[in-house]
Amino acid sequence: MYARYLEEASRASGSAPSLTRRQFLGLTTLAGSGLTLGVLLPGCGSAGPGGGAAAAPAAPLEMPFVRIAPDNTVTVISKHLEAGQGVWTGLPAIVAEELDASWEQMRVESAPAKVPMYQNLAFVPLGVHAQFTGGSTAVANSWEQLRQAGATARAMLVAAAAQQWGVPAAEVIVSEGVVAHTASGHKASFGELAGSAAKQPVPAKVTLKDPASFRIIGREKLPRLDSRAKSTGVQQYAIDVRLPGMMTAVVARPRRFGGKVKSFDATKARAVAGVVDVVEIPRGVAVVARDTWSAKKGREALSVTWDESAAEKRGTAQLLREYRALGRGKQAVTAAQAGDADKALMHAVHRVEGEFEFPYLAHATMEPLTAVCALSADKCEIWAGCQMQTPDQAAAAAITGLKPEQVFIYTLAAGGTFGRRATPDSDFVSEVTSIAKATGGKYPVRLIWTREDDITGGRYRPLNYHRIEAGIDKDGKLAWRQRIVGQSILIGTPFEPVLVKNGLDPTAVGGNAAEEYDLDHVHVSWTQAKVGVPVLWWRSVENTHTAYSKEVMIDELAQAAGEDPVAFRLKFLGKHPRHAAALKLAAEKAGWDRPFPQEKGRGRGIAVHESFGSVVAQVAEVTVTGDRIAVDRVVCAVDCGIAVTPDVVKAQMQSAIGYGLSAALLGKITLTDGHVDQSNFHQYQVLRLQDMPRSVEVYIVPSTNAPSGVGEPGTPPIAPAVANAVRAATGIRLHTLPFDLAAARRASA
Amino acid sequence: MSIKLTVNGESRELDVDPDMPLLWAIRDHLELAGTKFGCGMALCGACTVHIDGQPTRSCVTPVGSVAGKSITTIEGLASPAGKAVQQAWIALDVPQCGYCQSGQIMSAAALLGANPQPSDADIDAAMSGNICRCATYVRIRAAIHQAATALAAPKPAGS
Repeated sequence: MYARYLEEASRASGSAPSLTRRQFLGLTTLAGSGLTLGVLLPGCGSAGPGGGAAAAPAAPLEMPFVRIAPDNTVTVISKHLEAGQGVWTGLPAIVAEELDASWEQMRVESAPAKVPMYQNLAFVPLGVHAQFTGGSTAVANSWEQLRQAGATARAMLVAAAAQQWGVPAAEVIVSEGVVAHTASGHKASFGELAGSAAKQPVPAKVTLKDPASFRIIGREKLPRLDSRAKSTGVQQYAIDVRLPGMMTAVVARPRRFGGKVKSFDATKARAVAGVVDVVEIPRGVAVVARDTWSAKKGREALSVTWDESAAEKRGTAQLLREYRALGRGKQAVTAAQAGDADKALMHAVHRVEGEFEFPYLAHATMEPLTAVCALSADKCEIWAGCQMQTPDQAAAAAITGLKPEQVFIYTLAAGGTFGRRATPDSDFVSEVTSIAKATGGKYPVRLIWTREDDITGGRYRPLNYHRIEAGIDKDGKLAWRQRIVGQSILIGTPFEPVLVKNGLDPTAVGGNAAEEYDLDHVHVSWTQAKVGVPVLWWRSVENTHTAYSKEVMIDELAQAAGEDPVAFRLKFLGKHPRHAAALKLAAEKAGWDRPFPQEKGRGRGIAVHESFGSVVAQVAEVTVTGDRIAVDRVVCAVDCGIAVTPDVVKAQMQSAIGYGLSAALLGKITLTDGHVDQSNFHQYQVLRLQDMPRSVEVYIVPSTNAPSGVGEPGTPPIAPAVANAVRAATGIRLHTLPFDLAAARRASA
Repeated sequence: MSIKLTVNGESRELDVDPDMPLLWAIRDHLELAGTKFGCGMALCGACTVHIDGQPTRSCVTPVGSVAGKSITTIEGLASPAGKAVQQAWIALDVPQCGYCQSGQIMSAAALLGANPQPSDADIDAAMSGNICRCATYVRIRAAIHQAATALAAPKPAGS
């Protein structure tokens, strides 16, 4: 839903601002002041008949988002975290396109933490000036900015060439990383021209390409820039950072959420070989040691008494009882209202209803949370897979008493995030900084969360309960009444004043039926549940549950009306042409018009959903054997505007399908008396290779719209598509996640 | 107590607690960071290395138990099957976040070393212990098949 928020805010304030020319120029001048020495490399000065470029000193062209080096590499400065979603390929592709670079010369590196230069422009209209990666906005908010950056650098290379060769700039051509003047036969590489280009004035205005002439953007297979490093073990993550004298820390945290340290006895922990310090920090007690194993053993030997007076002590069963009661209560905030849902439902010709339950879910990134901190009197350096550099920088500054500009964040590739590394209170970055402070900056310290720390550590996708009644009246109009009960992700965080309006958290209710279908009569309301379990955005946030109940209910309504699920949906998508197009494309590619084999246990289902500005439709084919659900094939259609890197878009759809399927088939975090019941992958089960559908086909809806998100939007439709397929195969309705067919059979008996 | 082992063809000596898992000895003491920590309980496969050629979860293997043995990590992977796997991984852009891929590649290389033409069922069985939260599984399957095809192809003349 905040995609819609953003669109509205953007419209209200005009287009998202970019760097002013003055800022841009200032940075260019600053950066051009000699990061690389102007050394003329012998034998490297001349390429082609003209060779005029040899006269210029070898120096880089440095700009906020692009560096062209004398060695002819073009490095794109990524303000966004690469966590697998492909921004280290997508962002360079945008620059390379406007620059007319060759793909082989492209490189990428992380930007430092710096606003406004590297802020996420998508959130600027809301008054948020922060550098962060989230909401599937990386490519979307960088689109104009990086096209401008590429075109500006290109214009400066052209101006440098024209000046050196004494030819009109209009006659200079650029292709595949080579600048040339046909009539005179002059030719130079980007690297040869970089030094002189840096001395050219920054053009006030540049012309961007006509998308029809794109040759890198939209190329079917553009190799990822990080595949080699990630296939040879050399990609560096925060957990791999080694600094001289560095120690490793693990933290003993409260066993119940909201607990605090009452007292601790470190005698035995300190006696463990390799342990160097045991210190209390706001979130627990840190054991610092010479290596990870010693730190873990030290923590095992540590004795902590917890103050659990304010801790959450309820279990999941009790919470769900309370949620169901809240779902029937009067206290609620209206999220959407039109027509008269109560009356329309009373007179409905076809009517369905359902109660849905969604568990807490852990993100379970493969690289557990890790960060390294080196603290001195006037400087705090942090190495981490940071998703929210600006809040992380502010948090470290507050802890150390330094100014934010004295906090240097080095953003490394993250071993997955799915939202986990974007905590409004910077949990793991705060922890490592607190440990560095508590140990007086004596040594650099690396914090590692174990898998158990991760699974039991909270920040879950919130537990949710939905109640829906949906119907069709005699005129064929759709009526919908829905109550959603769940915790708020935003209330109580710094985002609350910006994003929460009239007590409604958009990250609790977005993507509900009122937003996605033409509804004549609708009432959607939300009741905030207050629970001490910390919750967070989890790949596609609220859409993980709102899409599910919506797409399952609409499918059951189609069945009640005796209509085809695709044709039925299309009747209510008149105002949503992108939904209709994606739905039709997925159906066509899946062969929806052909009858599905009437074999026992086989079924086919469909779902469509918009999130983060992109629309995704998926058809799932399943085989049910006893109580086991196997997903055989998924056909996916995505409308994400212009697909900058189509193979990355496809990879993200494959990934999101697997991630969503993992939650649908296996994922749940439960609590007993406030203690998390799961601790590692034997209990918090996730999708493995043998359960991934053999066939996942992805089709991209052709579009000329600006790019929208792809990291998250593939997740919401898969669970309902599979549930609808299972219902087609067995008649069993799946309203509780993860799927438990045996329990659902018992409930329906 | 000093523990001697061979890592990526080199003799190494470690003075650590013999109960320390091989994973932490490799990462923290031999400073080879390509082998990853994922779970510490042999549940996810991110820490997979080869011990005398066999794929092994280093996070539950005490370093003292592998004294005198030959260990291969992702940094030292040089077998024809290993090279073919890495080339296929790059060609098909398998990795996303990439964190689990060292372990995936070590498992796939061991599979192809023992079974040069695996069926889908063989791949399922050999790779079921390696979790990828980015769910790159579709491409992992395809890359293993591609590597198998490359291994079976006659070598170009002169090589």
